Amino acid sequence: MAQVTLDRVRKTYPNGFEAVQPCSVEIPDGELVVLVGPSGCGKSTLLRMIAGLEDITDGALSIGTDVVNDKDPADRNIAMVFQNYALYPHMSVAKNMGYGLKNRGASKAEIDAKVQEAARILNLGDYLDRRPSQLSGGQRQRVAMGRAIVRDPELFLFDEPLSNLDAKLRNQMRIEIRALQQRLGVTSVYVTHDQVEAMTMADRIIVLNAGRVEQIGTPTEIYERPASTFVAGFMGAPPMNLMTAALVSGQLQVGGETKLPLTPPAVATDEVLVGYRPEDVRLGGDGSVVLDVQIIEELGANRLLHGQLGGQAFSISIGKDEQAQVGPQPITLPQDRVHFFHPERGTRL
Amino acid sequence: MKRAGFTTVWLPVALLLPQLMIIAIFFYWPAAWAVQSSFYLQDPFGFGSTFVGVENYTDLMANSEYGKVARFTVIYTALVTFFSLAIALLLAVKADKVIKGAKSYRTLLMWVYAIAPPVAGFLGLMFFDQRNGPMTEMFQALGWDFRLGADYNSTATAMVIVAVWKQIPVNFIFFLSGLQSIPKSVREAALIDNRSASGRFWEVTFPLLAPTAFFLLIINITYALFDTFGIIDTLVRSEPGNNPVTLVYKVFVDGFRGNDLGGSSAQSVILMVLVLLLTVFQFRLIERRIHYT
Amino acid sequence: MTDMTQASIATPARPRRSKRFRWSQVFDHAILCTGAFFMVFPVFLVLMTTSFEDADIVRNGLQFGFEGQMLENFEAAMFEAAGFSKAITGTRMLMNSLILGFGFAIGKIVISMMAAYAIVYFRLRFATFAFWIIFTTLLLPLEVRILPSYEAIQSLGLANTYSGLIIPLIASATGTFFFRQFFRSIPEELVEAARIDGAGPIKFFIDILVPLSRTMIAAIFIIMFVYGWNQYLWPTLITTDEGMFTLVRGIKQIVQVLSQTGAMIPEYGKALALSLIAMIPPVLIVIFFQSWFVKGLTESDK
Repeated sequence: MAQVTLDRVRKTYPNGFEAVQPCSVEIPDGELVVLVGPSGCGKSTLLRMIAGLEDITDGALSIGTDVVNDKDPADRNIAMVFQNYALYPHMSVAKNMGYGLKNRGASKAEIDAKVQEAARILNLGDYLDRRPSQLSGGQRQRVAMGRAIVRDPELFLFDEPLSNLDAKLRNQMRIEIRALQQRLGVTSVYVTHDQVEAMTMADRIIVLNAGRVEQIGTPTEIYERPASTFVAGFMGAPPMNLMTAALVSGQLQVGGETKLPLTPPAVATDEVLVGYRPEDVRLGGDGSVVLDVQIIEELGANRLLHGQLGGQAFSISIGKDEQAQVGPQPITLPQDRVHFFHPERGTRL
Repeated sequence: MKRAGFTTVWLPVALLLPQLMIIAIFFYWPAAWAVQSSFYLQDPFGFGSTFVGVENYTDLMANSEYGKVARFTVIYTALVTFFSLAIALLLAVKADKVIKGAKSYRTLLMWVYAIAPPVAGFLGLMFFDQRNGPMTEMFQALGWDFRLGADYNSTATAMVIVAVWKQIPVNFIFFLSGLQSIPKSVREAALIDNRSASGRFWEVTFPLLAPTAFFLLIINITYALFDTFGIIDTLVRSEPGNNPVTLVYKVFVDGFRGNDLGGSSAQSVILMVLVLLLTVFQFRLIERRIHYT
Repeated sequence: MTDMTQASIATPARPRRSKRFRWSQVFDHAILCTGAFFMVFPVFLVLMTTSFEDADIVRNGLQFGFEGQMLENFEAAMFEAAGFSKAITGTRMLMNSLILGFGFAIGKIVISMMAAYAIVYFRLRFATFAFWIIFTTLLLPLEVRILPSYEAIQSLGLANTYSGLIIPLIASATGTFFFRQFFRSIPEELVEAARIDGAGPIKFFIDILVPLSRTMIAAIFIIMFVYGWNQYLWPTLITTDEGMFTLVRGIKQIVQVLSQTGAMIPEYGKALALSLIAMIPPVLIVIFFQSWFVKGLTESDK
């Protein structure tokens, strides 16, 4: 087990494309860090650099106390779970799990014991002699996990391991992986594009956008205090409402007429971005702010009202016991739940 | 190249070396040699050679014999390609349709693939035998004085028939696999949209089969040009005389029998250019194929 | 019931479905049977004819029926010495054909798998260049460079040797191209997983890639074996020593011997039997390993 340190790690491709801008982060021993972002943001590249499957252009990567930039993947003492599992199709489940140990010169008895142990943890005992093609998606996923844990690595790497499973299985495996990781206490880096996975599994989240780190923080920090409009929009479903508001003589105004009863931030610009999570807005109020509701989405546990506020799209979420109908509805925007962002840079104010 | 390829240098070089060496010795060197000697006139007794520029080529162009062989090659290639493709397509469409015995038909229609061209030619020699070949007797019954080896058109006909017979299996296999790769949903959609079976074939199936057909066209032209050497050599009993032969056969005859190295090499170079053009053409089609799938 | 079926024939505008399907099926089967007949009958007739005596065949050509000479003719074809030097029997030719078929197929697979592995799985600066050098060989069939290739073999002193027979035939890129395509279709993550599992390039090749390619190897083996077995022009040039003749090369000899007008009765029965022996091994392989063979053939040329 070990801590992982990235010191200004950077990736530039020969054609000049900068896939990952200099990135520094320290992952303490035993922590599960999730790299999240839209496709093409560089999260997989970063993970593959940690794995040693991709060269590091600049900066230093350490696992434990050693800088491992030039070490082969096999010498980094890591294990990786791939999106398509990458099981060896011609080997049995037991052989798949034991292949890494065999290559490291482990004895047959030792391999057997470790494989049996992993199979017991993952409930794969009955399948050890089967081929991957004879297993269900969830079972293959478990074999991939098994292959990772038999080696007692210092570091687990997960590359979107759940994206090939159906929704129900995904929820279940999410919990299993998290429980397993906590039980084994192995430092882990987990890549996903699914913000629910990121929120539920992570000790800390790293949000990446276009090769750049947007924010690093605990799930709560990321959700409650997004560092930029990108993070605000990416984390949370439905996403945070973002309205452009004009600053007219100390008053925030949207759509020319609607004045927002909010204390504006101290900025030199004449516009700001006002952000509200849909669930932070309350239905009802004094009528100074009115949402023109156009569509009501029933989600069972709650309802989403989609409409327009001062000519801009705006959605709120209300409890299942609250009633609502289409048409203008007064709403309340609480001062303590507002997020302000810079209108051009998108950074938090 | 895979994105996470190995970085060792000596190993891939060692792995490539055998192939590259064989190619250098038996491919690049001979090809270069052919190009070079096509510009020289070889002394008939093997004592040196003189540079003659493009004379070998201009001689060929002026040679009426070469023109005749070239004309025959074109007609022969066209006939072999057309008939073997058309018959194979018909058979493949039917084999794709029937449910009972589909496997047996497939086997019966493709096994001839394994017969060597000269062996096929030898069978042809028996069937078209001047005195008592069954095919000769059939043609004579139809009023054609068919004489293999003695009559230009008779020999040409026998060559085309044997070459087509030998090539049908390959085309059949490709057409059948092309047909079987058409998604079931597309066929079902066509079944709903068009009630005429022939309409469905020409408007849906055939266009989807077009990439396979284009590809086979090239394969068949190459086959007729080069791979039928054995058939021709056997049918003319290695003594072409006045019988029709193809360009490749003439390269062989002029080079090995006539000892006309320069002329034979010039013919080789012309054929190389021809294959090159065919391949470029084929590549464009392969690029197009990607859009189909 | 009878009335209804007749009515449906009489009025084709509103045919009954089941009836119409039956007629078109009969037609389909008729076409397929005709096709199969033309593919099988010629060879079958030759097989029948081998049961006749030489004099009979000379007089009447190919013929239907069964006489008692089949065994004798095949025996003569296999074991009786033939040729001008009387140095070659059918068995010997069969042997040579097998050596050519196996040697060519195995050599080609080994060499092209190695080359394709190097091209696909290594970060090699000149990998693309090497691929093009190899790929260009697809452009020129042996037939067009036959004369200089012959000269090359002569100057290397490889005429009338198995190496001289086999190696130049390996010089084309079909196999390399085929394996390259196949390797590229294998998921990238497999090599990554193997690297993390501590497998180096040689281990990965032997432990993962070769077992994964088993079906492909089998398919290409069949195609290459048939291709090698059926070679004609090259063996004709390179083997002048009758002891080196393959069965297919022997056909040329047979034709020449039969064409000679001598006092002896030409040994047609034996010649026909030999031509059948020349086709049996590749035909059996193609029939028995049909699905692999078809897969290899149709996938290699994509």
